[in-house]
Amino acid sequence: MQQRELELTVGVFILITLAALAFLALQVSGLSFRDASKETYRVTAEFNNIAGLTSRAKVSIAGVSVGQVTGIRLDPISARAVVEMAIDKQIDFLTTDSIAGIKTSGVLGEQYVSISVGGSPDLLGDGDQIQDTQSALVLEDLVGKIMTSMAEKK
Amino acid sequence: MKRGRLRSLGAWGLDTTAGIGRASLLWWRAIWGWPDLREGPRLLLRQLMFVGVYSLIIIIVSGVLIGMVLALQGYTVLVRFGAEAALGQFVSLTLLRELGPVVAALLFVGRAGSAITAEIGLMKATDQLAAMEMIGVDPLRRVLRPRLWAGMICMPMLAQIFNAVAILGAVAVGVNWLGVDAGSFWSNMQNSVNFEEDVLNGLIKSLAFGVVVSWIAVYQGYNADVTSEGISSATTKTVVYSSLAVLALDFLLTAVMFGVN
Repeated sequence: MQQRELELTVGVFILITLAALAFLALQVSGLSFRDASKETYRVTAEFNNIAGLTSRAKVSIAGVSVGQVTGIRLDPISARAVVEMAIDKQIDFLTTDSIAGIKTSGVLGEQYVSISVGGSPDLLGDGDQIQDTQSALVLEDLVGKIMTSMAEKK
Repeated sequence: MKRGRLRSLGAWGLDTTAGIGRASLLWWRAIWGWPDLREGPRLLLRQLMFVGVYSLIIIIVSGVLIGMVLALQGYTVLVRFGAEAALGQFVSLTLLRELGPVVAALLFVGRAGSAITAEIGLMKATDQLAAMEMIGVDPLRRVLRPRLWAGMICMPMLAQIFNAVAILGAVAVGVNWLGVDAGSFWSNMQNSVNFEEDVLNGLIKSLAFGVVVSWIAVYQGYNADVTSEGISSATTKTVVYSSLAVLALDFLLTAVMFGVN
């Protein structure tokens, strides 16, 4: 094989690899080049129980994805779960009386944070905390409650 | 009788240990030293062609087929729970973390590893390596080094191509044929796949496989008996040892990368 032809073929091989890697990075793992901290702001919320919520879970308003969970830690004083969320800058209408709840998509689906926007004139800024929260619905607790109420009726 | 067996067991143990030592020294002597700037790039290019480009067809075809099978099997199980939207997550994590690097490495062993062993073995049998030494060319650097580097470079590249085409195959079956919603397919995948954790760890895995496979292939060829049986058994050994090494190494790397912490 001619040297030139050899170089061309190996070059094509390398280009195919780069295309594959770009596809895996951008389309499959959803990596974006924009700086996430510039385009989002941070909001926290305290929950009694977050059940199976994980980092990178979706944050949505009325079912529309507006951000993601960036961190979960335990507050040492109140012993409640503190969930940190990165919300898109465009969503600049979160009021201080918004309610954050943990919901499940489908019966076995993944957990996500759902925010219901309130009517207060005051808006949430970077680093603010959502006061009203609804904890995750834990199926075992629910079953337990039904069982005890059924036992009481008898 | 008993003593004879014990003695042969001991001899086998010593031979195996010496073989591992010889293989390590060979690898080091072939890799170590200043790069040959005049001849090196040309030799490496030729090997990238033989080892990488010629393996491309088998990698792409098997990748598409494996992606399609994964999507089909995943769908039949997930649809029972009404969770067919998780197909993208299932397929991409399986491929990126395990199946992509391992299956690409096994295909690479069969396609390129055996060819390297047979080629070096035949070069040795026809005294080409001895002739090189006679004219003052080091066969380790001239013959072995470009093949080792080509294996190390091509394996991660082929594994990533395998992953990409397999995911495209899964899209073809899952989204276009079985009717999984395209939006939830991709968003589920993007939510669960982490670039550093999944894609880069897979890349590191396939780099480790490339080192081991090219090492075994080159050593078996260089160490082959100079008979037809010797070369054929060296080729078989390359395929068997490399496959086992890839699978064992995969377990170790998975335990380190994704194991319980």
